[in-house]
Amino acid sequence: MTLPSLLRKMPPFMPVLIILICMFALNGLAEPNSLSPYALKGLISTYLALMFLSVGQTIVIFAADIDLSVGAILGLVNVTLVSMMQVLGGEPAGIFAAMAIALAVGAGCGLLNGILVVVLRLQAIVATFGTSVLFLGLALWIMPVAGTPAPRLFWRTFGGRIAGIPFAYFVLAGLLVLIVLLSRSRFVPRLLTVGDDQLAAYQTGLPVQSIRVRGYVACGIFAALAGFCITGDTASGDPNVGGLITLNSVAAAVLGGAALSGGVGTLFGSVLGSLVIGLVGSLVFFLGTPSEWQNLVQGLTVLAALMVGILFGGKARA
Amino acid sequence: MSMATFRPILIAGGLVVALMIAGELVSPGFASPEQILRLSIVAALLGIVAAGQNLVILGGREGIDLSVGGVISLSALVAGNVMNGLDAGLLPAILACVAVGAIFGLLNGLGVTLLRIPPLVMTLGMLGVLQGLLVVARNGIPSGRAAPMLSDFVSQPQWLGLPGILWLWALIGLAMAGLLGRTVFGQRIFAIGANEPAARLAGVPTRLTRTMLYVLSGVFSAIAGLCILGYSGSSFANVGGQYMLSSIIAVVLGGTPLSGGRGGYTGTMIGALLLVVLQGLLTTLSIEESGRQIIFGSALIVLLLFYGRSSGMRV
Repeated sequence: MTLPSLLRKMPPFMPVLIILICMFALNGLAEPNSLSPYALKGLISTYLALMFLSVGQTIVIFAADIDLSVGAILGLVNVTLVSMMQVLGGEPAGIFAAMAIALAVGAGCGLLNGILVVVLRLQAIVATFGTSVLFLGLALWIMPVAGTPAPRLFWRTFGGRIAGIPFAYFVLAGLLVLIVLLSRSRFVPRLLTVGDDQLAAYQTGLPVQSIRVRGYVACGIFAALAGFCITGDTASGDPNVGGLITLNSVAAAVLGGAALSGGVGTLFGSVLGSLVIGLVGSLVFFLGTPSEWQNLVQGLTVLAALMVGILFGGKARA
Repeated sequence: MSMATFRPILIAGGLVVALMIAGELVSPGFASPEQILRLSIVAALLGIVAAGQNLVILGGREGIDLSVGGVISLSALVAGNVMNGLDAGLLPAILACVAVGAIFGLLNGLGVTLLRIPPLVMTLGMLGVLQGLLVVARNGIPSGRAAPMLSDFVSQPQWLGLPGILWLWALIGLAMAGLLGRTVFGQRIFAIGANEPAARLAGVPTRLTRTMLYVLSGVFSAIAGLCILGYSGSSFANVGGQYMLSSIIAVVLGGTPLSGGRGGYTGTMIGALLLVVLQGLLTTLSIEESGRQIIFGSALIVLLLFYGRSSGMRV
C-alpha cells in the first residue's frame, strides 16, 4: 500500500491525533508535572469551553458555512446565565431554570444566524460578524460592566469533584457521548452531504435549507454549553468574555481535519484540535519561554500545526 | 461600468447622503465642513486597508486577509520607532513599513498558493504570529512617536484645504481603477477570481498573480498603519485590530461579493465612507455603548440585506 493511499484511508482526525500525542510527549519532557492528574484537570476545565465551541463551529463548517458570532453568543449566554441566576436565586431550581433560559438564548442566536445566512442568503462571514456586534450589544445591555459573581453552588460544582472524579471529566464525557450520538444520527451525514455538494444534495431530495438552519441552531446550542463552562471556570459574568475565542474555534476545527469548503471532518477531531491549542499554550509556558515571547512561539506553533494538519490531511485541502 | 457594479455604489452613496442629513437633523453640526473632513480622514484610513482586502477578495478562491490588523499594528510600531518623532526619519520609516507589509503579505501569498492552505486559515494563523511578534517588539511598553510632518499629512489641511491623506486616498482610488480596468494584471485578477482553471489554461500565471495580491494587501495595510500612527500620534496596543472585519464589510457594502471575480474599488471607497458615517452618527447620539452596538449590528444586517446577498442557488 502506497503512502498516499494510506493517508487517504485514515480517519480525518489522524493528523491531529498524532500532533496531540507529540504535544503531550513534549509537555511531559519539558515538565513531567504537566502530565499530573492535577495539571490535566486544569487543562481540561480551562479548554472545555473551546471544545464545545469548536464542535459547534465544526457543525456549521460541515455544511460549508461558518459562524463568526460564536464568541459573542458565548458572552451573551454567560451574562444571561449569571443575571438569571442572580434573579432566580442560587438554589438548584433557580440555577436549572437559568440554564434553560440561557440555552434558549443560544439556540435563538443560532436560529437568527441561520435565517440570515440560509433563508435570506447573506454571506456567512459578514452576516455572522453583523450578528456578533448585535449579540455583544445585547450582552452589554444585560450587564454593562463585568464582574457580577455566579452563585457559589454553580462554580463549586463545576470546579469540584463527584465520587473523587473531577466534575470537568463528567462534562467531557458528556460532550463525547453527545458527539457519538450526533455522529450516529442522520444529522451529521446530512450536513456533510450538503457541504460536499449542495446542488446534488438538493437533487436527491434533501431539505438543504432546513438542514443548514438546524446546523446554525445546533452551533448556537453548543456555544451556549461553552458559555456554561466559561461561567463555571471564571465564576462571574463578563460581556466581553468571548473576545478572542471565535478565531480559535475555527483554528481548532481546521486542525481537527474539517475543511472550510465543507463536506469533510469529524466532531471528535475538533475536540482534539482544541486540546492541541491548549497544550501549545502550556508547552510554551513549561519550556520556560520568556513571557514576552510566549505569544509569538504559540502563534508560530499553531500556524505550523495548521499547516501540517492541512498538508497531511489529504482530502481536507480546500 | 455595468449596471450590476454601479447599483451598489448608488445605494451606498445615497445612504451616505441620507445618514449625513439625518445626522445634521439629530445633532446640528454633524454635517459641518470640519466634521465631514474628520469623517473623511477616518474613512481614508479604513479605505486604504480595504484596498488590499478588495484585491485579495477579487482574486477569488475564498480569498480573504484576516491578518491586516496585525500588519497595521506592527507597521505603526515599527514606523513610530524608526522615525521617533523626527521628520528626518520619515523616509526610512516609510521604507521599513512597506518592507514589513510586503514580507508578511508574501508569506501569506506563498502559504495560500504553494502550500494551498485556505486563505482564511493562513491569514488567521499569520494574525496569531503577528500578535505574538507585537508583544515581543513592544515588550509591554508602548513606544514610538509620529513625526510632525506625518501628523500634518494626516490631519492638517495642506493642498486646497484638504489634508494629504485625502489626496493619497484619491490617488489610490485612481490607481486601483486604472489597475483593475486598464492593465493586464487587473484582467488577470478578474480572470483568476472568476474561473481559475480557465485562467490557467489561458496562460495566466495564477500563483504569481495571487501571491502579488497578498503582497499588495500587506503593503496597503502597512501604509494604513503608518497613517494611523500619524492620526493618533503614537502607537498603542493592537491599534489595527478593529480593521480586520470592518475592511471586509466595506468591500462587501461596496458591491464586491466575497466569492470574488467581480466588483471594484470605487464601491469599496463608498462602503468605507458609509461604515464610518454610520459609526460617527452613532457616536454623536447620546446613547449607551450597548445601544450603539445593538443599532450598529442591526444596521449592518439591514445594509447587507439591501445588496450583500449572494446570488447563489435558491434551494
